[in-house]
Amino acid sequence: MPIARLAVDIGGTFTDLALEHGALRQTAKVLTTPEAPEQGVLAGVRAILRQSGLQPSDIGLLIHGTTLATNAIIERKGAKVAFLTTEGFRDVLALGNESRYDQYDLNIVLPEPLVPRVLRLPVPERLDRDGRVLRPLDVVALRAHLPLLRREAVQSVAIGFLHAFTNPAHEQQAREIVQEALPEVAISLSSEVSPEMREWERFSTTVANAYVQPLMARYLRRLERALREMGLAAPVFLMLSGGGLTGIDTACRFPIRLVESGPAGGAIFAADLARASGLSRVLSFDMGGTTAKICLIDDGAPQTARHFEVARVGRFRKGSGLPLRIPVIEMVEIGAGGGSLASVDALGRIGVGPESAGADPGPACYGRGGERPAVTDANLLLGRYDAERFAGGTLPLDAARAEAAMVAAVGAPLALDAGMAALGVVEMVDETMANAARVHAIESGKSYEGRAMIAFGGGGPVHGCRVAEKLGIRRILVPAGAGVGSAIGFLRAPIGYEVVRSLYQRLASFDLPAVNTLLDGMAAEAAAVVAAGSFGAAHTERRVAFMRYLGQGHEIPVALPARTLSAADVAGLHDAYEAEYARVYDRPVPGSQVEVMSFSVLVQTDVAHAPFAGEESPPVATYPAPARVQRVRDSASGEAADWAVFDRASLSPGATLAGPAIIAEDETSTLIGPGWRARMTRQGWLDLTRETA
Amino acid sequence: MMTETMEAGTDPLVQIRQQIMWNRLIAVVEEQAQTMIRTAFSTTVREAGDLSAGVFDLAGRMLAQAVTGTPGHVNSMAESVGHFLRKFPAETMRPGDHYITNDPWLGTGHLHDLTVVSPAFHNGRLVGLFANTAHVIDIGGLGMGPEGRSVFEEGLYIPIVRCFEQGRPNAMFFDFLRAGTRLPVELEGDVYSLCACNDAGARRLSEMLGEFALDGLEPLAAFIFARSRHATEAAIARLPPGSYEAEIWSDGYEEPVRLAARMTIGAASIAVDFAGTSGLSSRGINVPPAYCRAYACFGIKVVVAPDIPNNWASLAPFSMAIPEGCILNAPHPYPVSVRHVIGQLLPDLMMGCLHQAVPALVAAEGSSCLWNPPLRGGASVSGQPRGNRPALADFEIITFNSGGTGARAMRDGLDGTAFPSGVRTMPVEATETVAPVIFWRKELRPDSGGAGRTRGGLGQIMEIGAAGDLEFACNAIFDRVAHAPLGRDGGLPGAAGAVGLRGGKTLRTKGFQLIPEGERLLLHLPGGGGMGAPATRDPALVAEDVRNGVVSPAAARDLYHVALDAEGGLDAAATLALRRQRPD
Repeated sequence: MPIARLAVDIGGTFTDLALEHGALRQTAKVLTTPEAPEQGVLAGVRAILRQSGLQPSDIGLLIHGTTLATNAIIERKGAKVAFLTTEGFRDVLALGNESRYDQYDLNIVLPEPLVPRVLRLPVPERLDRDGRVLRPLDVVALRAHLPLLRREAVQSVAIGFLHAFTNPAHEQQAREIVQEALPEVAISLSSEVSPEMREWERFSTTVANAYVQPLMARYLRRLERALREMGLAAPVFLMLSGGGLTGIDTACRFPIRLVESGPAGGAIFAADLARASGLSRVLSFDMGGTTAKICLIDDGAPQTARHFEVARVGRFRKGSGLPLRIPVIEMVEIGAGGGSLASVDALGRIGVGPESAGADPGPACYGRGGERPAVTDANLLLGRYDAERFAGGTLPLDAARAEAAMVAAVGAPLALDAGMAALGVVEMVDETMANAARVHAIESGKSYEGRAMIAFGGGGPVHGCRVAEKLGIRRILVPAGAGVGSAIGFLRAPIGYEVVRSLYQRLASFDLPAVNTLLDGMAAEAAAVVAAGSFGAAHTERRVAFMRYLGQGHEIPVALPARTLSAADVAGLHDAYEAEYARVYDRPVPGSQVEVMSFSVLVQTDVAHAPFAGEESPPVATYPAPARVQRVRDSASGEAADWAVFDRASLSPGATLAGPAIIAEDETSTLIGPGWRARMTRQGWLDLTRETA
Repeated sequence: MMTETMEAGTDPLVQIRQQIMWNRLIAVVEEQAQTMIRTAFSTTVREAGDLSAGVFDLAGRMLAQAVTGTPGHVNSMAESVGHFLRKFPAETMRPGDHYITNDPWLGTGHLHDLTVVSPAFHNGRLVGLFANTAHVIDIGGLGMGPEGRSVFEEGLYIPIVRCFEQGRPNAMFFDFLRAGTRLPVELEGDVYSLCACNDAGARRLSEMLGEFALDGLEPLAAFIFARSRHATEAAIARLPPGSYEAEIWSDGYEEPVRLAARMTIGAASIAVDFAGTSGLSSRGINVPPAYCRAYACFGIKVVVAPDIPNNWASLAPFSMAIPEGCILNAPHPYPVSVRHVIGQLLPDLMMGCLHQAVPALVAAEGSSCLWNPPLRGGASVSGQPRGNRPALADFEIITFNSGGTGARAMRDGLDGTAFPSGVRTMPVEATETVAPVIFWRKELRPDSGGAGRTRGGLGQIMEIGAAGDLEFACNAIFDRVAHAPLGRDGGLPGAAGAVGLRGGKTLRTKGFQLIPEGERLLLHLPGGGGMGAPATRDPALVAEDVRNGVVSPAAARDLYHVALDAEGGLDAAATLALRRQRPD
């Protein structure tokens, strides 16, 4: 009887693994093998099995996430795609929303569409807004494109017609014709990949799906075969960007839904901690080597969205990427990590990131040829790391190189010594992250005050206190195993699938039978996908209407009962909308009509979540003595002092200590700022509270 | 205590602290702008981003402006705050007060832009002012269009008044407001939203002052102004000093309009004199002076000092002399509703001057003015339905569309992209959902990008009909039809725009016109100008353009002197021969 559950997260540099076997957890990290990622996965699986003394046949479930699809888009290494679209609208992908993401950069570069114009092929056909045919599909004109597809050796075809989300008949007819002539080619329909209003987003999503589809399908089949060959017969599930899991067959059809699986895993990890700690309002702060990711988690559920941008070309700026309309866990990602480089601009202002030293050459203190100062260099110069013990002693840091780089790039232009320059860099990156969190909260119609922070990733525990102070946050949780948080998160994800469809309705003229037919069809579709992989586990169904005041630009999700709607439900919908609107924007707008733009149905298995509670009986407080002291400059006051240093491994539950202090571990350090108090919980997490005003 | 050490200004920690606070202040106004986008009713704000937001000191000097927003409001809003303070002195302001105007001469140039100013308090003391501007969908009158003969026809006119007094709405003001518009719910909601977003800014500012233990903004203002002024002047000092002249032509309403400028670059300042510019129009294309300064300033700044944040000091080195009686200095009560048609040409004019000083830093002329057709149909166009003739439901919509931008020194222009405006377009599917119109075509326009070493951005072709091809109307506001965007350094002009019916009839570029039953509106949006001689363009790029169908084989041969083989590939030998035979 297989017993263990295994999660594998392929990132850019490392492939992380987490295995749970009863109450025991093992984690492992191996190098990613970009040419054949399944090799890294297999190496990691072997390593973690060895570590835990298990056999492949002991694995009952394997959950997998990968950045492969994202990287294929960023690096433009996907398939050669042709895009068949409505005549007259050949350039929707190129025109986008006709705006510039930076108002003041004359030399701005906009993202290139994934399909060049020569392969964007117009087909005479047209539907109106209700899906009625204004112009039938011209089959002869469509067939006339087929020789070009052959000549250009197109591997994948995307089909996107205007208003196809209301009536997919033309897209389906076109697929039949193309598939018959080119049976080996993969085909993506906009009415299946992203059946929602707004042609640019829908077509962009469909084309991106087509772009990664052959690559992802090949990889997933290879992986499946290799796992079977090593004797691992367990079902394999893929992590979706929306936070659910799906089987390999669905993943092969809609690989675009896998793009943000790693960060989604991190958010689920944080959400699980939030529930287990009884924290109802959380800001998760995941700071890694090149980026920091911030996600708001209310009542144990990460915030979700239906829109995402991939492959931003303009320094992480909103609007500089390719839009994808898929269910995602909503988070803000900014170019601020340990490797982010510092510089001084024409106004004498310190800037940090988004340019990054990456893993190679890395920060100057790595001594691998990096000559520009990074955030890690600044942390070292402030005394926050022990140069000898960094990364468990495997990567001793060179403070002299960090100092030289810091003085050259920041200190000299501003007449600051290395320590003050480092302080400026750290303050600036903390301010940048805090400001990103503020704007993200506002854009989401949420507040950040009074939240608890869950800090993880290599940099989260180092920068958590100061970022929290800037946001008025008074409690921070630093979990154990923070380095492989995404993989652990995979183990907490439900098997689920979300279907979204546009069907425009005004509440005043609500077409009840049409909406009920639509919702039931969506529920059946989602349930079928989930049933294929959930082996009879119990399902939950959630239905949502995306509503707004007539003519407004922004929709608000309003929950619907998961059953056939009655006329009374529709009446209640107006009140539910106004209540939700008032909650987000302070006051409803009297006398306005309300319209529904689209509906979603999510079906997912019930996950045995940690109970929503804190520790029932906190462990008895102990007050350990520090292992040593270290000279640290406080970034808030600028004062240098001897800080107590504790080794995390030596702290037992109940251990309590007051800042300023550092709790060191192999993967990272947790900084306890002046005025903060830290306590180790029963689960081995660090619970930080701010004592002073 | 902090305040004292900050004034000393030499302590390294204080220096770092001031930088942090500057960044925080920019984040505060960004939060202010995002609050507006989330809560505003008008799609012009929420979807298109036609807004601005900023924080000011008690002398009415702007300290920081949100990055989100459109350039037309840059320092027109900045100037506006001084007008508010003259009418309502700072010492008379109370917490919860909000002041509003849409006066084109005290705000941002037309009645559709509302400006709201609100005081910000900290520990009971007035510390600063928040201001914002937003373009609302309807303000009554004739509606957005050039047809008014005076500002009185263009809509409801709101002098500077207090719309909230200590948190209580001014009931009489809101009564007048609701009565003066076709969309009372939306307009009232928008005013609430503008006040709420200033409140959000003021709250954050107070928190920030508390966190940094400051009593007021004065020391930080001094730091921001000194740094910004110094950096802007240093950027100007890098330019070759001298006087540079340029002109540009608009199609105008009743006759072509000449915009002329003489730019004098000094050691630490730039002055522009608009002498030689055409006189006023009898229709709403006139430009109030603040709007002229806004777009002229943007055009200079984007070339000279793009990275320096907008504030009083970074804008101060730029001055404008706008002669009385010219179209860029419209006096009250001249009509000004669509002042953007002329105003959006000003960055091109500024770059025409700057091109002589720093040729590698400017772009060629672009399509520049937005091609936004206001469309109307139903009873107000065609009267009541008669007999069994089908009738359209009443509708009034506007969509945002852009031609090509000018070629850059190192890069081609952008295809179908707004510049200098910062607005976004709406999806065709969404537009067709809210109004009975069908867009039959909206795609790039081949051979419209001006030929050059770098090519101008492509314009678009749009074909729009009503459902069932019934009668509807367009209140045209188009330009660059008789005067195509020019290239620079030997680059050729972009294709001129065209306005007509599918059947071939030409329409006027400006004004209210019918599209008869069975017909469709056909728009050709201009392309951007090219830069550098076309025959010096990399032949491989020309071949790629031909392959993508955006440059015709004939244009490749005749303009770029590039020969293609039978398969459409580059014929290198024949190209070399062509280029030898016809140098440039």
